[in-house]
Amino acid sequence: MSIKYPYNPTNHLLHVLFEEQQRAHFISNNAIQNISKSLNLPHAQVEGVVEFYAFFHREPRGQFDILFSNCTSCGDAWLRQRLCDKLNVKLGETRSDGLVSIDQTSCIGMCDHGASLLLNNSLTITSLTAKRIDQIVKLVESSTALQEWPKHWFDISDNVHKRGLLLTEPFQPGSALKVMIEHNPPEILNEIIVSGLKGRGGAGFSTGLKWKLCREAIGDAHYVICNADEGEPGTFKDRVLLNSYADLVFEGMTICAYVIGAKQGFLYLRGEYRYLLDTLNATLQKRRETGLLGGNILGQGFDFDISIIVGAGAYICGEESALIESLEEKRGIPRIRPPFPVTQGYKEQPTVVNNVETLATVAKIVLHGHHWFESHGTNRSKGSKLLSVSGNCARPGIYEYDFGVSLQEVLNDVGAENVQAVQVGGPSGRLLGPDHFNHLISFEGLSTGGSLMIFAKHRDILALIHNFSHFFAHESCGFCTPCRVGTRLLENSMSKLCNGHSTAYDIDEIKHISALVSQYSHCGLGVSAAHPILDGLKYFQKSFEEKILKKEMEPEFDLDSELSEARAITDRDDPGAHL
Amino acid sequence: MSQSISIDDIEVPFESGQTIMDAALAAGIYIPHLCHNPCLKPHGSCKLCSVEVNGRSVSSCTTKAEDGQEIINNSEKLNKARLTITQMLFIEGNHLCPTCEKTGHCTLQAVAYHLGMLDGHFPQFYPKREVDASHPSIMLDRDRCILCELCVRASRDMDGKNVFAISGRGTDSHLSVNSPTGKLVDSNIDKDDLAVHICPVGAILIKEHGYEIPIGCRTFDLRSIAEIDLGDVKLSEKSQHNE
Ligand SMILES: Cc1cc2nc3c(=O)[nH]c(=O)nc-3n(C[C@H](O)[C@H](O)[C@H](O)COP(=O)(O)O)c2cc1C
Ligand code: SF4
Ligand code: SF4
Ligand code: FES
Repeated sequence: MSIKYPYNPTNHLLHVLFEEQQRAHFISNNAIQNISKSLNLPHAQVEGVVEFYAFFHREPRGQFDILFSNCTSCGDAWLRQRLCDKLNVKLGETRSDGLVSIDQTSCIGMCDHGASLLLNNSLTITSLTAKRIDQIVKLVESSTALQEWPKHWFDISDNVHKRGLLLTEPFQPGSALKVMIEHNPPEILNEIIVSGLKGRGGAGFSTGLKWKLCREAIGDAHYVICNADEGEPGTFKDRVLLNSYADLVFEGMTICAYVIGAKQGFLYLRGEYRYLLDTLNATLQKRRETGLLGGNILGQGFDFDISIIVGAGAYICGEESALIESLEEKRGIPRIRPPFPVTQGYKEQPTVVNNVETLATVAKIVLHGHHWFESHGTNRSKGSKLLSVSGNCARPGIYEYDFGVSLQEVLNDVGAENVQAVQVGGPSGRLLGPDHFNHLISFEGLSTGGSLMIFAKHRDILALIHNFSHFFAHESCGFCTPCRVGTRLLENSMSKLCNGHSTAYDIDEIKHISALVSQYSHCGLGVSAAHPILDGLKYFQKSFEEKILKKEMEPEFDLDSELSEARAITDRDDPGAHL
Repeated sequence: MSQSISIDDIEVPFESGQTIMDAALAAGIYIPHLCHNPCLKPHGSCKLCSVEVNGRSVSSCTTKAEDGQEIINNSEKLNKARLTITQMLFIEGNHLCPTCEKTGHCTLQAVAYHLGMLDGHFPQFYPKREVDASHPSIMLDRDRCILCELCVRASRDMDGKNVFAISGRGTDSHLSVNSPTGKLVDSNIDKDDLAVHICPVGAILIKEHGYEIPIGCRTFDLRSIAEIDLGDVKLSEKSQHNE
């Protein structure tokens, strides 16, 4: 097998489709035909990819294509409606003159900046207010080119409020690599193993062990992948690392490559963070020019390069095997495991997939030694953790703590008062009330990939859970029955409950479906999809009880309201036209 | 040394590389399944074949047998879960059994009989799905497709043609045809391809051969799914519905 380094990302299917979407505002049958020919991929594979990823469309979108986040932290349904009303366009539709389309999308990772939207799949506007919405309306209506829009609207600050082990001192590019080359790969591997570092992406698998398994696996080539998909609602720590600490992350990847014997690495960047792409590529280029990347790194005869692949709106692509499928220009469907990526990953070759924060931490461990790292955190959770804090608090943003900090201490630091609930680890994590605020954040206690969403007393818990159910139904890849159908049924059940039509029977049904989805789904998405509902039933039982009807059963639909269309068509609304 | 697993306390031998499903079928033990077919690479999407291995749920069609595994297959809990999953498949599509040509030959229906399904239980989704009647001898009615990808795998791995694929995401997932127009007539499918005969439901049908076998005399009118799947009924015979 011949493998070319570095990988040229220009012809990656996701990138070719992105260009086409930007050019024509949709992807036509003809385009699919041409792309499948030029990339030598089956027609159905190209079509399948187009229809899988949320940012590609088969119908034309507006010249201004606006995607409003529907996250509980960086979304705002009222502002979204205002934008729709003022531009006279229905949600999910393109205005008949083709000028503008407005739709919603899952969390875009701007939770510390308030209501946010994506513009033409490449720019992000945060901190939306009614005034800003009205200004956007003016620019859209006057067809003002994006280059003329106020530049500062697209600035996104880091919002780091508390720096610890990882973020305290500035990082000198190359400093960790210089330490690295003093040692052979087994020594570096050993350093990572004894440090006790566990993955920061959620699952918490030992990083050293993962690298060891990959290093020992036999293959024609080895690969390292940095998972920058960061799709879990409420998480934005990787965004900040990529924005201000990219060298640290790339250095971590290079160290991994040194240990496992990789020549090629990939950064899989979520489509929502495309605005970071140019800067990241510039950082890579600078590293090549200074001998920190590419051929003969630091003059030691070690070759390694990194290419960036940008996703296109699919939470499931954060799951490591789905991510690899996506890198391989396919739909992001999680693979059957085993085999695991460490033995058969990208192109069936041994592959390490690590979170952004994990790789950044690796570079620091190599720089300062494992003792420095080990002396922080708890017995079973070494080091520190970046938390992305959002929701009802005075100071949302990034906080870095040593593992073992209590949830209450974090709530105090961020200025959260009257807290009703905290969603720890995003929708796939835990929904907890005040009884749990003394618990400690760690792998053995409250485990989190980094999302902490705070909900004050005035928030409607059921509406929040409904939002999360919608998220999972929307993001289910559709491969397995329990998740594909089950998450949809759960979303529908939550709608019925929130609309006040549910009875005790419906609650039993919700429990039954939740158990099935968690137990029999193929991957982590389905396994955790019912978490918010199950935690809600356990810890916020009263909210559910208050909403249910004291009847044996309630019909599935309201016959009178079903007749409204007929009434509209016949132009009747007299008493005789109602049941 | 010979290796064995236990399924519902029955000792079952297996050879290295076999899945739990392979070992069970070889030993004459029926594990309900829809997306699995011994001739094709396992897929693991329908989840009907879920069993408990040392207390954990796994798909038996994709999980390798390992010496000493204690497996629960035929329990009330598992059969109830399988029933619910089957009901999910029914309400997700548009299944009108009494008028479907595949009635009595349909594996989904047969599994439902086997599990004692009496109703759809959940509210219907009533999806809008496309029918493709473009081909002179093959009919594709996506209303009944359960996304098992048997046709996808058969076409790719057995017919060497790659005619079918799955497109879309979540409940919008759907079967697509690998041709410039997306129509069957413009693909290189052939009436004799395995992909045309392997569909477990009435989504892919041969035209002009409807009702050649009267209702009442059809595959599952005469024998249960467990008997058929365990017997020496060959794949081609089992799935032929036009002779
Ligand atoms: C549905 C789903 C989404 C995931 N999303 C991410 C993600 O966005 N970023 C991430 O690092 N890991 C994500 N993971 C976990 C990855 O599969 C994998 O465990 C992780 O990237 C390993 O890196 P680590 O060992 O450094 O934590 C996700 C897992 C699932 C099941
Ligand atoms: S659990 Fe959901 S996301 Fe995971 S494979 Fe199944 S359908 Fe896809
Ligand atoms: S058409 Fe038939 S064989 Fe193909 S995926 Fe659908 S149900 Fe399975
Ligand atoms: S038969 Fe095993 S998952 Fe479908």
